[in-house]
Amino acid sequence: MISDLFSTTVLIGILASGIRLATPYLYASIGEVFGQKSGVLNLGIEGQMLLGAFAAFYVALTTGNLWLGVLVAMIVGAVMGLAMAFVTVNLRAQQGISGIGFYLFGMGVSDLLFQKLLGTVETVKGFPKIFIPGLSDIPGVGEIFFSQNLLVYIAYLLVPIAWFVLNKTTLGLKIRSVGENPDAADSLGVSVARIRYFTIILGGILSAVAGASLSIALLNVFQQNMTSGLGFIAVALVYFGAWKPAGVLGGALLFSMINSLQLWIQVLGIPIPSDIAVMMPYVLTILVLVAAVSRVRAPSALTKPFERED
Amino acid sequence: MTESNRLASGRARIDSLEMRGITKRFPGVLANDHIDFDVHFGEVHALLGENGAGKSTLMRILYGLYHPDQGEILLNGRPVIISSPTDAINLGIGMIHQHFMLVQSMTVAENVALGLPSSRGLLTDLDRVSKRIVELAEIYSLKIDPSAYIWQLSVGQQQRVEIIKALYRGAALLILDEPTAVLTPQEVDELFIIMRQMVKDGHALIFISHKLHEVVAISNRVTVLRDGRKIGTRPTSETTKQDLANWMVGREISFAPDRGNVERGEIRLKLDQVCCGSDRGTPGLCDVGLEVRSGEILGVAGVSGNGQCELAETVTGLRKITAGRVVLEGEDVTGLAPGELTDRMLSYIPEERMRDGMIREFTVAENMILREHHKRPYSRFGFLALSDISTHAEKLIAQFHVKTPSRETLAKNLSGGNIQKVVLARELSRSPRVIIAAQPTRGLDIGATEYVREQLLEQRRAGAAILLISEDLDEILALSDRIAVIYEGRVMDIVSREAATPQKLGLLMAGVHPEESAPAT
Repeated sequence: MISDLFSTTVLIGILASGIRLATPYLYASIGEVFGQKSGVLNLGIEGQMLLGAFAAFYVALTTGNLWLGVLVAMIVGAVMGLAMAFVTVNLRAQQGISGIGFYLFGMGVSDLLFQKLLGTVETVKGFPKIFIPGLSDIPGVGEIFFSQNLLVYIAYLLVPIAWFVLNKTTLGLKIRSVGENPDAADSLGVSVARIRYFTIILGGILSAVAGASLSIALLNVFQQNMTSGLGFIAVALVYFGAWKPAGVLGGALLFSMINSLQLWIQVLGIPIPSDIAVMMPYVLTILVLVAAVSRVRAPSALTKPFERED
Repeated sequence: MTESNRLASGRARIDSLEMRGITKRFPGVLANDHIDFDVHFGEVHALLGENGAGKSTLMRILYGLYHPDQGEILLNGRPVIISSPTDAINLGIGMIHQHFMLVQSMTVAENVALGLPSSRGLLTDLDRVSKRIVELAEIYSLKIDPSAYIWQLSVGQQQRVEIIKALYRGAALLILDEPTAVLTPQEVDELFIIMRQMVKDGHALIFISHKLHEVVAISNRVTVLRDGRKIGTRPTSETTKQDLANWMVGREISFAPDRGNVERGEIRLKLDQVCCGSDRGTPGLCDVGLEVRSGEILGVAGVSGNGQCELAETVTGLRKITAGRVVLEGEDVTGLAPGELTDRMLSYIPEERMRDGMIREFTVAENMILREHHKRPYSRFGFLALSDISTHAEKLIAQFHVKTPSRETLAKNLSGGNIQKVVLARELSRSPRVIIAAQPTRGLDIGATEYVREQLLEQRRAGAAILLISEDLDEILALSDRIAVIYEGRVMDIVSREAATPQKLGLLMAGVHPEESAPAT
């Protein structure tokens, strides 16, 4: 019953899985932050995630090597990113539309490969939990924060790293300037094309790792369309987080906690229709975006192809 | 190299730069036709010409943005190849673009550091950059705070950031592309002081402009281009404004348009304590009161962004008035829709002619009937009367000298001056009672500017009441009977034509009453 939710064990369980479930959001959204900061909207995250999830899962299943799975996923993500960069930078495509194209491509191809190569849902032994010595023994806190697998830890480490790169390095300065005023950057000898290629490929890699984190670290299975909109929520989180890694972290945690809560509601058999429970994160997406709208200005050149004025 | 060959910024100076026989073709256009141009240290060389004369193309070639089809560039007598802005910067050539190349959301220091290698490798070294900015600012008396965000700065200050950016990169030769277009008269004076300081220090400056009095005031030599060809180069001291204008346009130009004596009539347009908001959510206009009479041009002067847009939009019914009233020929028209004002013979020449003045994808003929397309004779019972529309278009094209291949040409394919003529034809041919003209000559060359001004004076003679909103002080002074200066959405003062001087207006535009600024006696 509802009161079951408030036992210590359950609360810790909800928080621990909330921390864990934020992982794919973090990878995908941080990648998207880099892209959008440089003026590129990648709506194809979902497709990149699905391909990354499949690649990692398939390699892990056939070779038994999880890291090789992650590596192959990264390569697949980089190739997707490269294609996206070509379409976006060189062909100056309308980004909203081409992104949807990449999403459909990733979904279709991952589905096809799944049917040809696997056929049925199988499981792998995913990344094991790593108990951080000392810290993981702390009651409650240890279980919530310090008993996760490696991909989870790396995801959280990415947040300060992304902040540092964007705000404290010359590369970050270039990325931000290209997203705000590519003409200015160009006039100072910054290659707009090169920076955007970099951020889009980085976004592809991180999205693929986000998918891999689902298939070989969190759920340890691959199913058709297993991301079920998670990649689109990752895009929304970038807006919600006001293009800041820390903001994205807050948003990712909010969503993953709600998600975790609805999973536990189902597990505990609390009489809320499961459809309603499953809907919660998505309803929240809409509410949050409505609330967050116009709070912070998007990068000025977002979705605008760059062309040197003749 | 001796000490005297170094600039105060520590960089080597450029003794001379020469462009020889530069030719550049674009599809269908010969933009530069064997142009020779040179500049040496310690001088301001002005480059003068109408829009499309080839000034920008020539300078873009010098800055590495375009590659010439023919010709060579010699730096200190040695041929150099400049294939990108980076090459230009490395050679000591800097450019101040007309549209500032600044990232609004970043600080001054970040803007300066962008694209440069850092002393800390991959990490930014903004502290060091800031220190150097302060040093340079002192040498050239440019006051600037390195930690300020660009969006916090005035236009004049932003321009200083652009100059600092070039100096920081070691620019010994600086191309200034219409640098005064966006400045108040006071800011222009300040810019000239900085320019003179740089010249004294041994910099070479190229000054692009079509404002003749500025060219005469600041330059040592002047080169005039027309239709992609060089007309000539002369020491500025041996020319006059009139010579330069005639050279530039290829015919006699009149500077003081004939205003004639026009009897002022009744009050046609009256604004009474009008207030409105702005797009930024801040107050746009505050208690604005104006009157314009028949046969009168009321000029509204002010620095960009002080309520000019809002003023034009409230009078034409495009923006909601939060307080006060607008009275048109004795009738309260506050809150009426633009269409209803059209019916009361109000005409509007909008500031953004490409955005608000016409539909780019429509033909010239269609654009000419936009305002009254739903009325006879252009339509009957909801059907367009195509033959009447064509006749009307042909008549206007001839009457307003619109240069267009045909009346079926799409508006977007016309030049800026001809687009404005189409707007004028539509707005003025209907014998308007009141005309709102916002920045009617912005971006137009001398020939087209002269034409637009003549047309406005013609309407004045015909008895129209004209509200002329312009950031070009010369234009305000040349055309207006009375001049209102607005600052931060308020009317600072309204002065008569006779009492107006650029100095007085400049102070008002900066929000200062001349009496207040005078020392108390």
